[in-house]
Amino acid sequence: MKLSQSRVLLGALLCGMMVNTVYAGEVNAAVAANFAEPMGQIAKLFQQASGHTVKVSLGSTGKFYSQIQNGAPFDVLVAADDKVPLRLEKEGLAVDGSRFIYALGKLVLWSAQSGYVDDKGHVLRKGDYNKLAIGDPKLASYGTAAKEALEELGLWGAVQSKLVMGENITQTYQFAATGNADLAFIALSQITQNGKVTNGSWWIVPAHLYNPIKQSAVQLSAAKDKAAAQAFLIFLKSDKAKTIIRSFGYELP
Amino acid sequence: MPSIEPVDLQSVWLTLKLASVTTLILLGVATPLAWWLAHNRHWYKGIVSAVVALPLVLPPTVLGFYLLLLMGPRGAVGELTQALNLGRLPFTFAGLVIGSVLFSLPFAVQPIQNAFEAIGKRPLEVAATLRAGVWDRFFSVALPLARPGFLTAMILAFAHTVGEFGVVLMLGGSIPGETRVLSVAIYSHVEAMEYGAAHVLAGGMVAFSFLVLLGLYLLGGKAKT
Repeated sequence: MKLSQSRVLLGALLCGMMVNTVYAGEVNAAVAANFAEPMGQIAKLFQQASGHTVKVSLGSTGKFYSQIQNGAPFDVLVAADDKVPLRLEKEGLAVDGSRFIYALGKLVLWSAQSGYVDDKGHVLRKGDYNKLAIGDPKLASYGTAAKEALEELGLWGAVQSKLVMGENITQTYQFAATGNADLAFIALSQITQNGKVTNGSWWIVPAHLYNPIKQSAVQLSAAKDKAAAQAFLIFLKSDKAKTIIRSFGYELP
Repeated sequence: MPSIEPVDLQSVWLTLKLASVTTLILLGVATPLAWWLAHNRHWYKGIVSAVVALPLVLPPTVLGFYLLLLMGPRGAVGELTQALNLGRLPFTFAGLVIGSVLFSLPFAVQPIQNAFEAIGKRPLEVAATLRAGVWDRFFSVALPLARPGFLTAMILAFAHTVGEFGVVLMLGGSIPGETRVLSVAIYSHVEAMEYGAAHVLAGGMVAFSFLVLLGLYLLGGKAKT
């Protein structure tokens, strides 16, 4: 009698665990470096709301492209631009129609020293800084935007001798944060927390000086039927997620 | 037939320059260090050996990150170079040379040290009985006998510097002609999805590395016979 009771109990337990594994999925997300902080918060909320877990891999969008092409086990790509998601879609590596803009990136000129950057960016024209760090325009969407802004300001030629390039926007930030470069063009999100910049000095580059940084997300074909991946992308469009995204200084489309 | 871009050619040249300068400096630094390690029996020899071998086990990014902090405006080395009016080392060729010397130090020290240890005390003592002075013993006896060790050290230091990536990425800032070496150029091409240009450089690198190692092993075989 007792034995059969415990058997029933065990059976129920096993059933419960199986149900759990069916519903609690896992999302492998490849996430652009500039979106690291907001993604941490969004993933946490999503986990609480859905029971699905999110595994975040941080890196540059270009690197993710070559990894996805070669079979990397990602379910969604949360990119720093719209070019790579579009390309993946065209090549059949991303699910048609799943692509959307989740944030518009904002470019900022930043220095780790307070009082160094004025609120009009005149420090660039004065030219008495030692180095100006930007993301490599070929690799980082914020680097492309920085180049466009400098060209628009007529300073691209003048800054050449002072330019140092990070392979992604995190490394660019690092050059300035360690004080090795006086100035850096980085993402506003990197220095913003709870809607405020608290560190160093900065100039938010006017949006008309560079093409919009359309940070886009897409579901990858390998995860076409994965419910958790779909749920995650829906959550990324939710008001809860939007509040977080805005609090890091991004704009919304 | 894929061709090489001028800016990549510049990277090739810069890499060879960096590897040559690094190898020469390492010969100067590693020889006395290896000699000391080969002939020292103090307890603190272990500490020095461990420090020399550290770059073998540390991820290059760790070394690069600490060098970036040390050489920066608030780092000890950075304060020193600025006080001496030398400016700062990150983002310069000189900075890369220092990073490379540290990174390849064990590859230069260990073969030379092994060679010195293999000679043993006997030939040097014999030379001493023939009234050879300390320097004479070193240059006429120890150096020629340790020649294979020096060759190995030079080839390894040179090749290892050519293949270096993490340290130069962290310290360099990818400035064409100054700090954008071959490995960084290949990485950038791959990231920018320019696979054709990446193949030219990466393929060249594989061929070069194979030839260097082949030379090393052929030389090693010859030295034994």
